[in-house]
Amino acid sequence: METTFEKNSFKSEEYFINMGPQHPATHGVLRLLLTIDGEIIKNVEPDLGYIHRSIEKMCERDSYQQIVHLTDRMDYLSAHINNEAVCLAVENALGLEVPERVKVIRTIIAELTRLASHQLWWGVMGMDVGALTTYFYGFRDREMINDIFEETCGARLTMNYNIPGGLMFDIHPNFVQRTKDFVAHFKTKLPEYDTLLTGNVIFQKRTKGVGILTKEDAISFGTSGPVARASGYSCDVRKLHPYSAYDRVNFNEALFTEGDTFARYRVRIQEMWESLAIIEQLIDNIPEGDYKTATNAVIKLPKGEFYQKVETARGELGVFIVSDGKKNPYRLKFRSPGFSNLSALKKMAVGSKLGDLVAMMATLDIVVPDIDR
Amino acid sequence: MGYFSDIYNGIKTLLTGMSVTGKYFINARKEIITQEFPNNRDTLKMFDRFRGEVVMPHDENNEHRCTGCQKCELACPNGSIEIIWDRVIDEETGKKIKAIDKHIYHLSMCTMCGLCIEACPTDAIKWSQNFSNSAYDRTVLTKVLNKPGSKIMPGVKDKE
Amino acid sequence: MNIPLSITKNIHDWLFEVMSAPVATVVEKVLIAVAFLGFFALAGLLLVYMERRIAAFFQLRLGPNRVGPQGIFQTIADALKLVSKELTGTVKADQFLYKLAPYFLIVASLMALSVLPFSKELHAFDINIGVFFLIAISSIGVIGILIGGWSSNNKYALIGAMRSGLQTVSYELSVGLSILTIVVLAGSLQISEIIEAQRNGWFIIQGHIPAVIAFMIFMIAGTAETNRAPFDLVEAESELGAGFHTEYSGMNFAYFFLAEFINMFIIAAIGTILFFGGYLSPFGITESIPLLGVFWFMIKVLGLVFLMMWFRWTFPRLRVDQLLTLEWKYLLPINLFNIVLMAIIVWLGLTINF
Repeated sequence: METTFEKNSFKSEEYFINMGPQHPATHGVLRLLLTIDGEIIKNVEPDLGYIHRSIEKMCERDSYQQIVHLTDRMDYLSAHINNEAVCLAVENALGLEVPERVKVIRTIIAELTRLASHQLWWGVMGMDVGALTTYFYGFRDREMINDIFEETCGARLTMNYNIPGGLMFDIHPNFVQRTKDFVAHFKTKLPEYDTLLTGNVIFQKRTKGVGILTKEDAISFGTSGPVARASGYSCDVRKLHPYSAYDRVNFNEALFTEGDTFARYRVRIQEMWESLAIIEQLIDNIPEGDYKTATNAVIKLPKGEFYQKVETARGELGVFIVSDGKKNPYRLKFRSPGFSNLSALKKMAVGSKLGDLVAMMATLDIVVPDIDR
Repeated sequence: MGYFSDIYNGIKTLLTGMSVTGKYFINARKEIITQEFPNNRDTLKMFDRFRGEVVMPHDENNEHRCTGCQKCELACPNGSIEIIWDRVIDEETGKKIKAIDKHIYHLSMCTMCGLCIEACPTDAIKWSQNFSNSAYDRTVLTKVLNKPGSKIMPGVKDKE
Repeated sequence: MNIPLSITKNIHDWLFEVMSAPVATVVEKVLIAVAFLGFFALAGLLLVYMERRIAAFFQLRLGPNRVGPQGIFQTIADALKLVSKELTGTVKADQFLYKLAPYFLIVASLMALSVLPFSKELHAFDINIGVFFLIAISSIGVIGILIGGWSSNNKYALIGAMRSGLQTVSYELSVGLSILTIVVLAGSLQISEIIEAQRNGWFIIQGHIPAVIAFMIFMIAGTAETNRAPFDLVEAESELGAGFHTEYSGMNFAYFFLAEFINMFIIAAIGTILFFGGYLSPFGITESIPLLGVFWFMIKVLGLVFLMMWFRWTFPRLRVDQLLTLEWKYLLPINLFNIVLMAIIVWLGLTINF
């Protein structure tokens, strides 16, 4: 090899680095192909497919009751909300009216799921920027929610509590009291999240003005959920297209306009307060009644196309069912929030530092099985 | 003066952060949230609805309630339940009825969705609350739920 | 140059009684070396245990509590495991430098350790430029990190090593200048003299405002020098995996690990010597028993170590450019101003003496 010392010795070179599939910051088996100049990121290319399980294809094989449990395995941190999306889609297609009780219980559990997801996210966000202790504080509070789920639904994460037409069984007698206890407990702990991390000068310096996504970009990349709302794009499905019991509760859509990492962080903290408010409004007013409406043992949807969207902890989850009148769907497509949110990463990250990328990834709140399905 | 107020605010926020962790450190003994798992295995009580694994309860006469209708097998999304059945002559009526030979349950394939238990018309299978079912050999996870020599409880009939 | 070697006079005298002078000198040196190696290993293991336990309490966990009473032997068991592990390495590494790197760190830590006074008589190497020696030696460690990161032929390790380089070069200044502030007050570079000058009140009280500022800067810069959170960019696990020691395994990794903790001990010890009177007891309550100096010294050092652990388990990590901003825009100007302030205070005799 010829040495061209005089010419090239002071030229900086871009280099290529693989972040993942096994890397602490990618939250699963996501692979990022990074091009870096020193510490500055020149290009980010997410490489997907490491945890693809062809859930959509499996849905074509299964009956509508069986589809529900597969959605647990997509965005496992909002498992209940995924279940709800499929059930609502099937119920709408059948023209089935579920009892009021079901709607309220579904909403409460969905908000608890959102809280659990955001608590985990908060812990991991802290860990990604280097404050390891937040992880355990987040998990401490999440544990209470998981206990509520375990007592009522039978599982902590992949609950599969919904069935088309209602719920699998009624809530546990302790459910209301436990939920109230949790709300009271968490109202004292949530301000601590702020004093420990939000107010911290290092954290603010790390997140403010970093990874900016403008409103135009947020819309054109199809982002949704907290990522889009941090850029000022009002897109809360619970507000715009209320489902279940969201039409009867008062809550504010958490909306910030900065579009940086810190705004995305604050949207989720704000959402936790809103979720607590929603639970408080509903928990005392669970109507009496059946916990499900009877459906046929074999559910057959009418011919046609049906779409239902819900707001998961990560954004808008759409379920698109194409039915040809048989007992299983002809095609089922999930519009997952994580996939669209991840697509905006390159726009945010190019030009910033390696440490910022990790913080950005944390605020995108990626669940890789949700992206790959 | 932004320079000095930055320093002041910075130090103040850092100290408030330290006060939070410091408070937990002082009360650490009272607020431990973790458990020493294998030590408390015997005393650990799961919730009643916890989905541990599917079991088939037998009474003292070694009788179960499974009619062999295969609804659980149909409801299972993953094929974790296989029922091997036969037709036997009912002693009371003299007719040929369905009876299970083996109710095979693959725990390794089960996703704990609970559809089989919802589908069972005679409540023959239910959830047990045991946990940590991992094993060194995967053949251990394939279980025959009905005990050897067991037969159906008298009076339990298919509703068809 | 006359370097007094005054560690426990009795052993010294006895050795020279039973042996001829040259043999006794060699035996004496070997004994001291063995003692320090033992201390290096034991203190390292103890600090690792302490860190894990304290981290656990901050995080509402129990921490290691199985091996021995309260898990005190856990780190020894870990060390035994690490000794028995295979030393893997990369084929394309620069083998010589790759294997050399951990020893740089250890040698640097051991040399710094040698000038620390554990008590009045328990002082292996009381050099007349002690503080200067400490600053100089503590810079050698970074060479080990740089070599280790570069030679392991791993991009993550390389990024970590380069970060370590810029970090240490920058924060060396602050450590040095904050130490100089105290040297202005003490009027000596010799560690034993610095400590004896604190008989009339520890320097953090004697020097009041500039000494407190110097102490804060010293703790911040010292934390950065040891590459610990919030300045752990070198091994930022969420960014770089394991940073510069990604490719090291077994005992080679353990050397890096132990050296990090010993460096923390050294920084805390320097802080104790300069600001909290070293082995001196508070208000001179146990001055008659010199051996209790060890106790006071360790208490103070462990207190400062605890403070550094508290930092680590509370704060997020800085970004690499903010790390430099903090040093060059905040710590360095304040430090320079602080030295002038200290000089004025010493000049006008405004120190607080008891």
